[in-house]
Amino acid sequence: MTETPAAAHRKRSLSLGARLVVAAPYLWLIAFFLVPFGIVLKISLSETAIAQPPYMPVLDLAAGWQGLEDFLAGLSFANYATLAGDDLYVFSYLKSLKVAALSTAILVLCGFPLAYAMARAPLRAHALLVTLIVLPFWTSFLIRVYAWINILQRDGLLNQALLWLGIVDQPTTWLATDTAVYIGLVYSYLPFMVLPLYASLEKLDHTLLEAAADLGCPRWKAFFVITVPLALPGLGAGALLCFIPIVGEFVIPDLLGGSDAAMIGQTLWTEFFANKDWPVASAVAVVLVVLLVAPIAVYQHLQAREIEGRR
Amino acid sequence: MRRGFAPWADPAMAPLVRFDNVSKRFHDKRFGDVAAVDRLSLDIYRNEFFALLGPSGCGKTTLLRMLAGFETPDEGGVVLDGRDIVATPPHRRPVNMMFQSYALFPHLSVAGNIAFGLRQDGLARPAIAARVDEMLALVKLEGLGGRRPDQLSGGQRQRVALARSLAKRPQVLLLDEPMAALDKKLREETQFELMELQSRLGVTFVIVTHDQEEAMTVAHRIAVMDRGRIVQVATPNEIYEQPRSRWVAEFIGDVNLIEGVVMETRAGETVVADHAGRHYLVPTGAAVTGARVFIALRPEKVRIAAAPAAADAPNAVRGRVWDIGYLGGISIYKVRLDDGTVMKATVANVARLTDQPIGADDEVWLSWPPAAAVVLTS
Repeated sequence: MTETPAAAHRKRSLSLGARLVVAAPYLWLIAFFLVPFGIVLKISLSETAIAQPPYMPVLDLAAGWQGLEDFLAGLSFANYATLAGDDLYVFSYLKSLKVAALSTAILVLCGFPLAYAMARAPLRAHALLVTLIVLPFWTSFLIRVYAWINILQRDGLLNQALLWLGIVDQPTTWLATDTAVYIGLVYSYLPFMVLPLYASLEKLDHTLLEAAADLGCPRWKAFFVITVPLALPGLGAGALLCFIPIVGEFVIPDLLGGSDAAMIGQTLWTEFFANKDWPVASAVAVVLVVLLVAPIAVYQHLQAREIEGRR
Repeated sequence: MRRGFAPWADPAMAPLVRFDNVSKRFHDKRFGDVAAVDRLSLDIYRNEFFALLGPSGCGKTTLLRMLAGFETPDEGGVVLDGRDIVATPPHRRPVNMMFQSYALFPHLSVAGNIAFGLRQDGLARPAIAARVDEMLALVKLEGLGGRRPDQLSGGQRQRVALARSLAKRPQVLLLDEPMAALDKKLREETQFELMELQSRLGVTFVIVTHDQEEAMTVAHRIAVMDRGRIVQVATPNEIYEQPRSRWVAEFIGDVNLIEGVVMETRAGETVVADHAGRHYLVPTGAAVTGARVFIALRPEKVRIAAAPAAADAPNAVRGRVWDIGYLGGISIYKVRLDDGTVMKATVANVARLTDQPIGADDEVWLSWPPAAAVVLTS
């Protein structure tokens, strides 16, 4: 007997248990991402108040319909106008994007040779090499950044080494500079660049390089026309996995960087904790999310294509 | 197959490819140094369709990869068109390879794959486009140039791999188990297409295969390999009818082997006695009286009859049908002789009979003319 398509579809539809399993991550995202984001969005449309909570309007449910109307009337885009009108915020965003772009570029340059060497290493060494890449995660991120303060400070290890080697004759200022921020960022995010790249390079079929050589392509050229294009999904994933969080990075620039030009994460922190201006801080956060939606969408697209390609 | 094409028999002919006493050893943890190719010499001639045949691990793929440049021989020389190419890197050799896995570039289109080698040569854009179209037509994939390899069927991918390896018009095309991934029917079709293509293009083809039928079908000559050495190089017909050793006779096709001792050698005929005292008449060969030999007899050359042969007929043995394998076109009779030896005889089922004239447990007589057997000394 042949089944009607509808019957086949019903058969394929999920049981209650399976539905719950599928729903769990969505419920999680709604409860811990979408709802908080809605709250932040709402606060960004409010204005500051010396009150508890420190903004207004607050939805008064007891006032009923009239309460809702008052609440909606109290909302405005004034904070966004403030952001657009004040150089401080614009520069902060631009600085963040610049730092993220430049450090991602450095990460690609450092991460690609590393991942390539890992993928080409003898097979029995692979597990060890991956462990070594992940090893820094066994220590707290904050402690590792503090360690860099130690290394980069005036009488720190770096200056001692440079003096001893005779490269400089005066201790150089490293700490509280952009260089220190880049060092800290590249150090911290390297595993996020190396691991997806390694995953891409590791499954590269070596026969493809033989085929390229067979067709007259020298080895160095095959690297650029075969290896790199086939590593692009991993390269894209790694780059976005670094770029997106670096734009909003707070700890590293705050601990290693100078006080002259703040990244947007630091600006947000100042608005929220120092100025106690929740609405502006929220607006800063919302704009940041909007800025990052584009790269996140690209990342999603790449991931989807990768999964499709594997089927 | 073209009649009269036998450059290997002409001493004035220079080979296109010459393996000169080549060896290649690999280090193995358990066995130490293992010779994949062991002091092997071989000549392949222009326009030949040459097959390297042997069980897995016999060194045939290593030999092919030496010609492509992916393996360097530890000793010996590889000569192509009169020039030693051992030191030439793969990308400078005028040979192209079709890989067993096809090794199509997944990020390039079909046309991009075929054009890859032409681009390396710096050909002009219109010339590349023209050659790509020509190659697509050659493998009957017109109109599929824009597809990506993962949008093709297995058979289509195989054709793209073939077109890509032929696009540069190599002096020698190397084919590494090119039909291993195809199903039986497609494989047979492709074999004939390959033969047709080879004779049309006049390119020298060297194919590696473990499938003896495939080698017999496509090749002018076959080199049968075992443990890094060549055991016989000959035409398919010679390999089948004149195997040089027991190993070749058993590896190619089905064979009855009768062990015996040469009793006497007469003009044109030799008498061999087996352990049961039966006497056989065989063609006179290299074997001398008293030598221990094997009589190799192909099953299709054995006549099976329900009635005894004439009393003076040579090579007649009595037995009982033990098993019948019906394969449609032919039937294989396994006959147990009085001393327990089992011999095979195949019969073409020319008539459409539902009742076979000879059934299981029937008493039968097997016989064959003296010329049907081959005497092997090793």
